Amino acid sequence: MIAAISGSGRLSPLQRREALNGYFAIMPWLLGFIIFIAGPMVYSLGLLFTKWDLLTPPVFNGFANFQRLAQDPTFFASLGNTVFYTALAVPLQLLVALCVALLLNTNIVGQNLYRAVIFLPSQIPIVATALLWFFIYSPTNGLANAIMGGLGLPQQRWLWDIHLVKPALIVMTVWMFGNAMIIFLAGLQDIPQQLYEAAEIDGAGTYRRLRHVTLPLLSPTIFFNLVIGIIGSFQVFIQVFIMTDGGPGTASMMYVLYLYRIGFEELNMGYAALLSWILFLIVLLITLAQFGVARRWVHYEGERDG
Amino acid sequence: MASTAASLSPPDQRGRTARQLPVHLALLAMALFSLLPLVYMISTSVKADGREFAVPIEWAPEEIHLENYQRSFTRFPTLIFLRNSVIIVVFCLIGEVFTGALVAYGFARARFPGRHVLFMVMLSTMMLPQMVTLIPQFILFRELGWINTFLPLIVPAFFGGHPFYIFLLRQFFMGLPSELEDAARIDGAGFFRIWWSVAMPLAKPGLTTVAILSILTHWNDFTTPLIYLKSTKNFTVALGIHLFKDSYQMRFNQQMAYAVMMTLPVFLLFFLFQKNFIRGITFSGMGGR
Repeated sequence: MIAAISGSGRLSPLQRREALNGYFAIMPWLLGFIIFIAGPMVYSLGLLFTKWDLLTPPVFNGFANFQRLAQDPTFFASLGNTVFYTALAVPLQLLVALCVALLLNTNIVGQNLYRAVIFLPSQIPIVATALLWFFIYSPTNGLANAIMGGLGLPQQRWLWDIHLVKPALIVMTVWMFGNAMIIFLAGLQDIPQQLYEAAEIDGAGTYRRLRHVTLPLLSPTIFFNLVIGIIGSFQVFIQVFIMTDGGPGTASMMYVLYLYRIGFEELNMGYAALLSWILFLIVLLITLAQFGVARRWVHYEGERDG
Repeated sequence: MASTAASLSPPDQRGRTARQLPVHLALLAMALFSLLPLVYMISTSVKADGREFAVPIEWAPEEIHLENYQRSFTRFPTLIFLRNSVIIVVFCLIGEVFTGALVAYGFARARFPGRHVLFMVMLSTMMLPQMVTLIPQFILFRELGWINTFLPLIVPAFFGGHPFYIFLLRQFFMGLPSELEDAARIDGAGFFRIWWSVAMPLAKPGLTTVAILSILTHWNDFTTPLIYLKSTKNFTVALGIHLFKDSYQMRFNQQMAYAVMMTLPVFLLFFLFQKNFIRGITFSGMGGR
C-alpha cells in the first residue's frame, strides 16, 4: 500500500527521506486501522452469510440472516425505541445545554461557580450515573417519586412502566447536558464582541441579537453537537443494560443492547454482524444527511479551529 | 448579551444586579436540577441500612455511616477491581499519548504522498461507532486467545489511540512555531529526534489534555471490559457494578458508596487540571461515552 502511494519516483532524496519518516510516524495508526477497523469490517462481510456460534465450526447459510432480520419483531422494536429515544433526548439535551450556556455567557456574578456546579454532575462515570438513576427511579420512594409526592402527583413505577421507561431514560440523558453546555460556552466565547456592539448600535434588542448574531455564529457548534449527539445516542447501551435490561417487555430494548444480546448471549455471530453493518449504514446515512442539510442553516465564518 | 456589562459605571451596578436577578434565578434552578441527584447519591452513601427510602428524604442524615464505603470494598473484591482498572488506565494512557503524538506529528510536519487521503480516512473513522467493529474484533481477539486478559483493552491503545486524539495533537503541533524545529534540524537532528526532544516538550498542554481524556475514557469504560473480561478477578471498577446489578446482595447505600468511590478520581482530575479537562471536553464532545 505504501509502495503504491510513494512510488511516484520523482522525489528528491531529501523528500524521499521526509516521506519515509512520515510513513514511519503514522505507521501505528495505519496498522491499527488495518488490523482493528478495516480488516475486521471486511471480514464481517463474510459473516453476514454465516451461521456461527463460536463453539461449532461456521456454516454458510445463504441469506438466512437477512430473512430473519425482515421478520424479527425485536429488531424493529429496538430500532423504533432507539429512534424515539434519540429524537427526544438529543434535541432536549442540546436545548437545555444551549439555554444554560447562554445564561452563563452573560457577565453574571459567580459565573465560574455556576459553571462548575452545573457541569460537575455530568462527569459522574456513566455506570455510576446509571446506578444512581436506577435508585432515583425506585418505585418505593426514590427521589423521583418523592418529588412527585411533593408536587401532589401520583406515584409512578418509572422503569417498570411500559409508557414511562423511555421518558425516564430521556430525562436522565437530558440531565447529562454538561459536556454539550461546555462546548456551547466555548462557541459563544468565540463570537467577536464587536458584532454585539454593532448590533446594539443598530438598535437590536436582546432577542434580535440572539436571533441574528448569536445563533447564526453558533450554528457550527450546534451542528457539531447535534452530529456527535445523534451518533452517540444511537449507541446507547450502558444505561439500558444496567437499569432496565430492555424491559419491561421490549419497551426499552435499544439497538445496541439487542446487538449485544444476539452476539454475546445468543452467540449468533452472523446475525450480530448483520446488525452491526446496519448500525454502520444508519450512522453513515444520518451523518451524510446532516452534512447535506447543514449547508442550509450552518453559517461558517471564515476559518475556525477546533 | 454580554456587551453591556463592560461599559458599566459604578452607579449602574445596582441596576445591573437587578437586571441579572432573573438570570440568577434561572441558573439557580439549573444548578439545583444538576446537583440534586449528586447530593442524593452522596447523602445516601452515608445513610444507615433501612434509611435509604425514609420519608421525607433525609438530605443530611443525622448519623454518618462511613462503613458503607468499607462494606462496598469488602463485599466484592473491590481492591482487585481497583488494581485492574489502574493497570489498564496506565497502559492505555502511555500507549495513547505516545503513539498518538507520534502519528499526529507525522501528519503535522512530514510531507509524504497520500498524506491528505490518509488523514481524511483517519478523520472519517472518528465518526465510526465502536459497536460496528465489536463482533469481528471480538472474533479476532478470541482467535489470538486474548479473551479474559487485559490485552484486548490495552493493545489497541498502542496504535495511535482514538483518531480524535491524533486530530487534537496534530492541531497542537501545527500551532507550534517551527523555528525551534528548524534550528534543531540545522544542528543535524533527525525527524524523530526533533519530535521527541523539541516538539514533545512544547506540546505538554495538548498532551495533558489527551492524557485526561484517555484516563477518563478507560476508567469509565464498561462495554469493552464487559465483553472481554470473564472472571471476577479480572474485573475493573466499572465492570464490578455488573456483579450487583440485579442482585440484592448490596444495599442501595453501599451501591451509592461504590458510585461515589468511582466518581472521586474523576472529580479529582477535574479540580487538579480544570483548564485541560475543559479543553478536552470542548475539543471533543465525546466525553461521557
